[in-house]
Amino acid sequence: MEKTVNNKAWFMVLPVLLLVAFTAVIPLMTVVNYAFQDSFGNNQFFWVGIEWFQELLASERFHDALVRNLIFSFTILAIEIPLGIGIALCMPKKGWGVPVCLVLMALPLLVPWNVVGTIWQVFGRADIGLLGYFLNSLGINYNYTQDPVAAWATVIVMDVWHWTSLVVLLCYAGLVSIPEAYYQAARIDGASRWAVFRYIQLPKMHSVLLIAVLLRFMDSFMIYTEPFVVTGGGPGNSTTFLSIDLVKMAIGQFDLGPAAAMSLVYFLIILLFSWVFYTVMNNAGTEKKQYAGEE
Amino acid sequence: MARIDLDHIRHSYLPNPTSPSDYALKEVNLTFEDGGAYALLGSSGCGKTTLLNIISGLLTPSEGELLFDGKPVTELSTEARNIAQVFQFPVVYDTMSVYDNLAFPLRNRGVPAAEVDQKVNEILKIIDLESKAKRKAQGLTADEKQKISLGRGLVRSDTNAILFDEPLTVIDPHMKWVLRSQLKHLHKQFGFTMVYVTHDQTEALTFADKVVVMYGGEVVQIGTPDELFRRPQHTFVGYFIGSPGMNVLPCEVDGTMARIGDHSVPLQCGLDPKKVAQKTEVGIRPEFVKLGGAGEGLPLTVNNVEDIGRYRILRGEMDGIALNAIVGEGESIPESPTALFDPTQTNLYADSWLVSEGA
Repeated sequence: MEKTVNNKAWFMVLPVLLLVAFTAVIPLMTVVNYAFQDSFGNNQFFWVGIEWFQELLASERFHDALVRNLIFSFTILAIEIPLGIGIALCMPKKGWGVPVCLVLMALPLLVPWNVVGTIWQVFGRADIGLLGYFLNSLGINYNYTQDPVAAWATVIVMDVWHWTSLVVLLCYAGLVSIPEAYYQAARIDGASRWAVFRYIQLPKMHSVLLIAVLLRFMDSFMIYTEPFVVTGGGPGNSTTFLSIDLVKMAIGQFDLGPAAAMSLVYFLIILLFSWVFYTVMNNAGTEKKQYAGEE
Repeated sequence: MARIDLDHIRHSYLPNPTSPSDYALKEVNLTFEDGGAYALLGSSGCGKTTLLNIISGLLTPSEGELLFDGKPVTELSTEARNIAQVFQFPVVYDTMSVYDNLAFPLRNRGVPAAEVDQKVNEILKIIDLESKAKRKAQGLTADEKQKISLGRGLVRSDTNAILFDEPLTVIDPHMKWVLRSQLKHLHKQFGFTMVYVTHDQTEALTFADKVVVMYGGEVVQIGTPDELFRRPQHTFVGYFIGSPGMNVLPCEVDGTMARIGDHSVPLQCGLDPKKVAQKTEVGIRPEFVKLGGAGEGLPLTVNNVEDIGRYRILRGEMDGIALNAIVGEGESIPESPTALFDPTQTNLYADSWLVSEGA
């Protein structure tokens, strides 16, 4: 069958193209444009080539923020993913417990991010905060404004509190989609609890886990609001992640060129990691493709 | 391999059953002989699967006792009962290879590797999946997957029984025949006790030596396919088995004659005068309804004649009551036909149950 070519079709997609152009393409291109120029205000720009990129990639400040961000992302993934799976496995599958658990799980997700920050900022204070007061009265010197370890612990626990629910809900959705016959067959086959998890539950959660890891990685790698509210990136620079650093550079110091260059590198890093996660996890679950031609 | 006895088994899915209608399975007393091939036949929701799950231990009955070879197993777990069960929809472990799927029940029970290998290869040959042994189970066709489920049931040589819960529902029609004859062959080869749940009468009648017909949570008849056809113990059996099913006509009994409307037909036996029946019916299979000319039998109005090749099905009515007859090849349908009932095949039902000679 021959396809009919009708050039009028382009007019039909024009509104969408314009919308995407104004909301995504043009702003992105502006950033690309800034990344190769220097500005002294007054809308005067000078071409500097790849100087900002060279400077950025050699900068210790960028390296430190990047390393901090990577440690943060991998730490919360290492906690939230197993914890989320564990909680999802413990949740009831029917009865009145289901809506109760689902609502409890969804609650943290409904709290605005800056409010989450404020909650934990107050919660952790040694004078009026429940957590801070309790820890200090136990003799633990907990002060997130002065101690980097306490600051890190607060930021990580806060993220786990805020986002583990997302992993739980995704895993739970995967778990409830498993037909009862699978569990029955496993009992007939004499499978252990571990074998049921390894060969029935985990494979069925595979695709939702992929989404969970990707979402949690991207979100945590771009984290800004909560640590900004709680620690402001401190003490010192100990909780200054890439996004906080970027905002300091772009808005605090108004270095548009270096900030634009950093934005692009930042964007490419997230893209790269997401692609790696996606490829690795997709291959781990489905090796069937190599057999596809066999039938 | 074992004989399975169900002794006064009752089951309800409700926590506190009171009336008989609360029970999904009303009292069942049943024996599956060692090495027999049984079919549990009935319409959806009649309790077939409940009964099967009670045997395999996926359900614990509310009342009654289950015995394997005379030993009570009601309290034993599914694993301890050593039962294999094949489900309606194929269950395969997607991430495992076909080989590992079959080895799984053996490995879970700590069978030595050499024995596992020998047994799995044997089963692979039987289910004809040798060429795919090393590939992942994911992405196989539905009938290949169901063959794996079946293979996992067959792989253990010491199973007490193999239970099938409508295993061919998702299989293509031409593969159904192939798999069913393979099952029959396997039954002869290994002599497992097999219980096969289905709502398809052809499947039940071709697979089983004995068919257990269930209706509304009760066993209504156990018998060979021939017994079910000739002497249905319950109008449901008559209606459910046969295509089309048995004609059931409300009647009044007068000695050994049944009055249907203004007409009378002879019966083999009358009603026991001591028994009070709310409802009496005559049952006759369309195969035993012959056509006669005017005045010979009961007047019949022909609504429709379906030619299905070897014979024709006449769908008619008599005083507003539907009556089907099977008309053989070459036989003609008279201008104003009447229905003649073969007296030896005319059964009397009192409150839906067959009235037999001795009773």
